[in-house]
Amino acid sequence: MLRRSMVKLLLGLLLLGNGANIVIFLTGGLTKGKPPIIDQAEKNFTDAYADPVPQALILTAIVISFALNSFAVILLKKVYETTGSDDLDSLNIQDLDI
Amino acid sequence: MITNFILAPILAHMITAILLVFFWRNIGAQRVISVTGNLIAFLLCLRLFHATGEFGYLIVQVGSWEAPFGIIFVSDTLSSIMVVLTAIVSLTVGIYSTVALNPSRIKYGYFVFFHFLVMGLLGAFLTGDIFNLYVWFEVVIISSFILLTLGGKKMQMEGAIKYVAMNMLASIIFLTAIGILYGITGTLNMADLAVKIQGIQNHGLISVTALLFFAGFGIKSAIFPLYFWLPSSYHTPPSAIAAIFGGLLTKMGIYAMIRCFTLIFQPDEFIKNVILIIAILTLVTGALGAINKRSIRRLISYLIVCHIGYLMAGIGLHTEIAFVGVIFYLIHDVIVKSNLLMMTGIIQKIRNTIDMTRLGGLYKDYPKTSVVMAVAMFSLVGIPPLSGFWPKIQFFGESLKTGHYVLLAAIIFASFITLFVMAKMWSEVFWKESPKPLTEEIDRFAGLSFIRKFALIAPVTALTFVSLYIGLNAESIYDLSHKTAEELMNPDRYINAVLNGNYGK
Repeated sequence: MLRRSMVKLLLGLLLLGNGANIVIFLTGGLTKGKPPIIDQAEKNFTDAYADPVPQALILTAIVISFALNSFAVILLKKVYETTGSDDLDSLNIQDLDI
Repeated sequence: MITNFILAPILAHMITAILLVFFWRNIGAQRVISVTGNLIAFLLCLRLFHATGEFGYLIVQVGSWEAPFGIIFVSDTLSSIMVVLTAIVSLTVGIYSTVALNPSRIKYGYFVFFHFLVMGLLGAFLTGDIFNLYVWFEVVIISSFILLTLGGKKMQMEGAIKYVAMNMLASIIFLTAIGILYGITGTLNMADLAVKIQGIQNHGLISVTALLFFAGFGIKSAIFPLYFWLPSSYHTPPSAIAAIFGGLLTKMGIYAMIRCFTLIFQPDEFIKNVILIIAILTLVTGALGAINKRSIRRLISYLIVCHIGYLMAGIGLHTEIAFVGVIFYLIHDVIVKSNLLMMTGIIQKIRNTIDMTRLGGLYKDYPKTSVVMAVAMFSLVGIPPLSGFWPKIQFFGESLKTGHYVLLAAIIFASFITLFVMAKMWSEVFWKESPKPLTEEIDRFAGLSFIRKFALIAPVTALTFVSLYIGLNAESIYDLSHKTAEELMNPDRYINAVLNGNYGK
């Protein structure tokens, strides 16, 4: 993300976003083959089970990050069109004047 | 009390936004619908505020999934104050933007995203679920991205890229923090989190999560090392958009931070000190940044950063009186900042520039408008009877009492710089002779019809009167802030209301 190229910036953001999703996935506690369904004979969970909430959270987060990232791609393309440059440092001209 | 009414203001803005989509190209209809929708939402917000004052906590459990399992919306005093402030700003800025904005911007859906933005803000202030808060944050930032880039000028694009990158980063940090918090507690309901977190032994992990939240909200509210996106993007969009951003978006971060550090985490000495140091640095760097700016909108951008420092200082001191100051300052700041940014738009209409060296003689040409603007400017500084004065006393007193002398010095320094730049702005823009001869073409304000002038001036005047009211009727606002601070310092009541159903006052 600290690269000067805007495309690299976008790639950095994408990676970070996916990393955050995987963190949520891990916090749910990975349990193999234990669906969160109560057995007919039982009233409560008696065994460890896979928590379904993190998956719902990730799904929401993926949808949101999809929207944000597609916006960012379009924005970068538009910035490239209007300024003719992929270099973030060249965007700072107007910051110099007070 | 359990009531679905909490959702009414949110729905009002959502329905308005959806209705507006059907009138995509019809500018006249869009203006009418937007103002009507804003008015209805404004009345609903006032009603919500009164109901919260009357019944204590208002709660709705979506789909009747009982807390802590379902998503809940809670309206306590802090939430209802934020809702009313949002309503005031959105109504006035909505009216202002019917005339201030270019028809082509309205044609490309300005009002649609304006209402989605306000809807997101209201949702963020009312939700009682941390993941739901994240979703509302995203609603707000995606709308703000669109509003910021609407029009597609080169300058806007340059500002937008910093804004987009920093806000996406903030969201990712926030999301990671939620993930870790869910991992250690197994819940997302804010009241339930507060209960569960006390039973966790691993204090190190909790501190790290708290700091992650702090960083995430800190980027959004533009605190010291993370504020550079704000002054380089807020002066690029038209004044109406800047007004709603400057007034409300950074305050949303502050609101989330107040919630987070009073309800969920009880900050220990280390976190309090981190917040205080950052508050001092924000105050000093924001003030220094404002000194040498010539463009008045950039100047106000730096003042936004600087004044976030006051709010952070109050959160860092973490006493009841300090929170009275925070709430009072929040009420005052939202109104004044939106007002000042709208004024820069009017000044630009009159003189076609917002560069201080090229402005002048406004008082001679528009005495009444200038007086209105002067009142707002000096409210920001906090000349005694005006609104900025009262919360600052709380900050002074509290930092003196707790022995944070460096903070006291920083607060006084920032106040003086604010006074200095406002006095400079007053003399440069209003009193000084205009540096170049004025011609008819430059003044695009005088040629407007009466209704258009009214739509520009009325919101500014209204907000100035609200500022005056806050200043002159400080006692009732103080009582309100005091009540809020009491609630914040006793999170048990919130938890009790959400989890056990004790909604009383």
